[in-house]
Amino acid sequence: METNTNSFQASDYKSDQPVRWCPGCGDHAILNTLHKAMAELGIPPHKTAVISGIGCSSRLPYYMNTYGFHTIHGRAAAIATGFKVANPEMTVWQISGDGDGLAIGGNHFIHAVRRNVNINMLLFNNKIYGLTKGQYSPTSERGFVSKSSPYGTTEDPFIPAELVFGARGNFFARSIDVELKISQEVLAAAARHEGASVVEILQNCVIFNNGIHNPITDREVRADRTIHLVHGQKMLFGKDMNHGLVQDGFLLKAVELGKDGYTIDDVLVHDAHTKSNFLHQQLAMMDGKELPLAIGVIRDVNSLTYDSEVTEQVRAVKAKKGFDSLRQMILAGDTWTVE
Amino acid sequence: MLDKPTIKTLEKVVVRFSGDSGDGMQLAGNIFTNVSAALGNQVSTFPDYPAEIRAPQGSLSGVSGFQVSVGTGVHTPGDSCDVLVAMNPAALKQNIKFLKPGGVIIVDIDSFKEADLRKALFTTDNAFKELGITAQVLEVPVTSMTKAALADSGLDNKSILKCRNIFALGLVCWLFDRPLETALHHLKNKFARKPAIFEANAKVLDAGFNYGHNIHATVSTYRIESPDPRPGVYTDINGNTATAWGLIMASEKCGRPLFLGSYPITPATDILHELAKRKDLGVKACQMEDEIAGVCSAIGASYAGNLAVTSTSGPGLALKSEGIGLAVIAELPLVVIDVQRGGPSTGLPTKTEQTDLMQALYGRNGESPVAVVAPASPTDCFTMAFEACRIAVEHMTPVILLSDAFIGNGSSAWRIPEADEFPQIKTPDVPEELRVPGAWRPYMRDPETLVRYWAVPGTENLAHRLGGLEKDFNTGAISTDPANHARMVETRRNKIARIATDIPGQEVLGNPEADTLLVGWGGTYGHLHTAADELNAQGTPVALAHFRYINPLPENTGEIFSRYKNIIVAELNTGMFADYLQARFPQHFFRRINKIEGQPFMVSEVIKGVKDILQQMQK
Repeated sequence: METNTNSFQASDYKSDQPVRWCPGCGDHAILNTLHKAMAELGIPPHKTAVISGIGCSSRLPYYMNTYGFHTIHGRAAAIATGFKVANPEMTVWQISGDGDGLAIGGNHFIHAVRRNVNINMLLFNNKIYGLTKGQYSPTSERGFVSKSSPYGTTEDPFIPAELVFGARGNFFARSIDVELKISQEVLAAAARHEGASVVEILQNCVIFNNGIHNPITDREVRADRTIHLVHGQKMLFGKDMNHGLVQDGFLLKAVELGKDGYTIDDVLVHDAHTKSNFLHQQLAMMDGKELPLAIGVIRDVNSLTYDSEVTEQVRAVKAKKGFDSLRQMILAGDTWTVE
Repeated sequence: MLDKPTIKTLEKVVVRFSGDSGDGMQLAGNIFTNVSAALGNQVSTFPDYPAEIRAPQGSLSGVSGFQVSVGTGVHTPGDSCDVLVAMNPAALKQNIKFLKPGGVIIVDIDSFKEADLRKALFTTDNAFKELGITAQVLEVPVTSMTKAALADSGLDNKSILKCRNIFALGLVCWLFDRPLETALHHLKNKFARKPAIFEANAKVLDAGFNYGHNIHATVSTYRIESPDPRPGVYTDINGNTATAWGLIMASEKCGRPLFLGSYPITPATDILHELAKRKDLGVKACQMEDEIAGVCSAIGASYAGNLAVTSTSGPGLALKSEGIGLAVIAELPLVVIDVQRGGPSTGLPTKTEQTDLMQALYGRNGESPVAVVAPASPTDCFTMAFEACRIAVEHMTPVILLSDAFIGNGSSAWRIPEADEFPQIKTPDVPEELRVPGAWRPYMRDPETLVRYWAVPGTENLAHRLGGLEKDFNTGAISTDPANHARMVETRRNKIARIATDIPGQEVLGNPEADTLLVGWGGTYGHLHTAADELNAQGTPVALAHFRYINPLPENTGEIFSRYKNIIVAELNTGMFADYLQARFPQHFFRRINKIEGQPFMVSEVIKGVKDILQQMQK
């Protein structure tokens, strides 16, 4: 992808519409980092399309000075797929929340990932339905109490990463709304990846689920409960970067350097580009309890994309058959003439 | 202008069973004949035995055939057949000459292996290509399905293979709606002393019937012939292919690539098949994960600037409703093809009805008007698919094309249009003066047609946001203002209503001077036209107004109705079009002829229906 870091400012991607999310909503920060990531990529606003479903996060296209389409609940991935296949020159972003993307839109989500359509799928995960005022979502923990689960839910949640790997995804990254730099980094990486790029952003709903990510994202604990993965770098974390991830049989283990005989040499180096998703899955499934929650680009593997394969097949078949028009194609078939 | 076709083979079908002399073709043919006769059909048969008594198995000289014509007005076994059953390559080679244009071939694909082809003196490994077959071929694994059905029967392999003919019979019974009871009765008599063989054949008969059911096998038993064809180059075409080709023609005429988002569903799937093949003409046909994704991918493609289409049948249209509503409020061109079948729910997937009219007109939340058009015949599918695209693009609206299983699968000779026969489709591009920074807003409209402009993403200065929330009439920003909403509802309604000035006036056929007007719409045209002609010939004067533009109706519709004393609406539902007209023209009384059997009208039914109504009115 061509980038031009000098041509555009973040403000060039911003529309003149007033932003109507609640004060303190995590979406504000994500919107700002998205503007910055787009400026970093340097793709002109008119070559960019932002397509969303329904939900608080799906209001985002109105705040972009790009092409944008605020569609219907759950269908953004399907609409973005048609858009990208029809107009492959455009850079396409899909904005969904956890309800839009994984509940009503779950089918389109997994199929867009499976097809590997070259779109950037942002999943704002706040583990709640905000727009309908506080029902549990498919990412809410078992037992979660909400207006529609007054006695606690009796079902297990999806883990978005696990769904992406189940759908044979080739790009998965994660960030937190308050991690501005890392958010910008993963958004730009998602755009640079050719294929379906899923970015999960842990987002705080200040009204209906305030603090849901706090056990991981609180300033005091964040350094110890998260790990920022960067391709080619050691998997280190902790306030003093003196903890690391090592292999323990088939599994991962968090160790303290200098303790129990572990040294920096034992710590794994992150390889986001390896085709096998075995380690990527383990990294993505770390939940901030025994092992730190992984943020950054966890998997980034190149593969054939649906839209370019469709375009290429059309080109190849057209060239082979060589018809100029419908009429010529029909006349090449079985016909007879009436004088 | 519509052709004036007559339905020729409506109530008569010719089937030819062919196979090796040991394959039991005579038995299968005889039972089919008896089953049809028991249903009250006239029958005429022609057994075609091989000359040699003991020709080598699988050889050309060992082919045995049995041709039967069943239906009404049957006087001969027919010169050629509508359906050819060929149990092996030799049978196919010997009998292909008997197949009518547009006929269907059923083969036992298990017996088309290399050795079988060699016995029948084929020189390549593809018998169909070598014979230059362009007809529809149903490749059925008759041998393996028969073996599977009888795996637990305890019969030896030779006895099992002898039941293949009955599997084929079961399949043909499915295709022509023959109940199996009579066939079982005949098998029981035939194998009265061999109960194990009877049991085996009964099982296989059922398996063949179920196979047809499971794969939604259909063949069109109807052929519509136009007398005195105009000079030109002709080809044979069925309605679904014509629909696909009409879309491609529209794409050529508006200069926008054609995108199809679809999901397989009987009886519309052939449109997806044809457009998937037409990558050679640049068509992007995407088989999506479900019906909703079919319409949504098309909406995405439309926003992206393509001519976008989704194809389906009734149940799929139900799933697409919310998506169509989005295209209504976003004012994007979208063509939705509904090849109607019997409902409700899964209903009768392979049978025809006109029961989706109300769904097409009203089946969405909110005030959500769309244009609705309906082709009248297989070849008219081409014209009306083109029209659906033209209206969608030039008026920036979803258009629903109501085809049906009868015309979708039915075929007819079709004159290939000349290159300049269809008009250019004018895309409502953003005017030049608005293509400067800040000048254009997405809901700016042509004041005459109320059509908003279509900006293609990727164009500088035209970046804009659309969405399902109500928008301000002027700025295009989200608006919940009460007066603005009322204005937008009114604007969208008027935009559709004004399409009436851009479609042809309604024609009146038959005897325009009659007191009685027969009214129909869509795929019943051939029957109603033939019925009107016969009524006029029999001394009952009737005129015929057959509608292809349903919403909006042609501008002269009211004026036509005012000329007739009696108006009779004939349709394959409980009276949906009649209700629609009654609401619009309360000053007239619309009488009705309805049929909801999953079957097309019979001409005789329409004639009787009209006469009965006229007689009652005289009382």
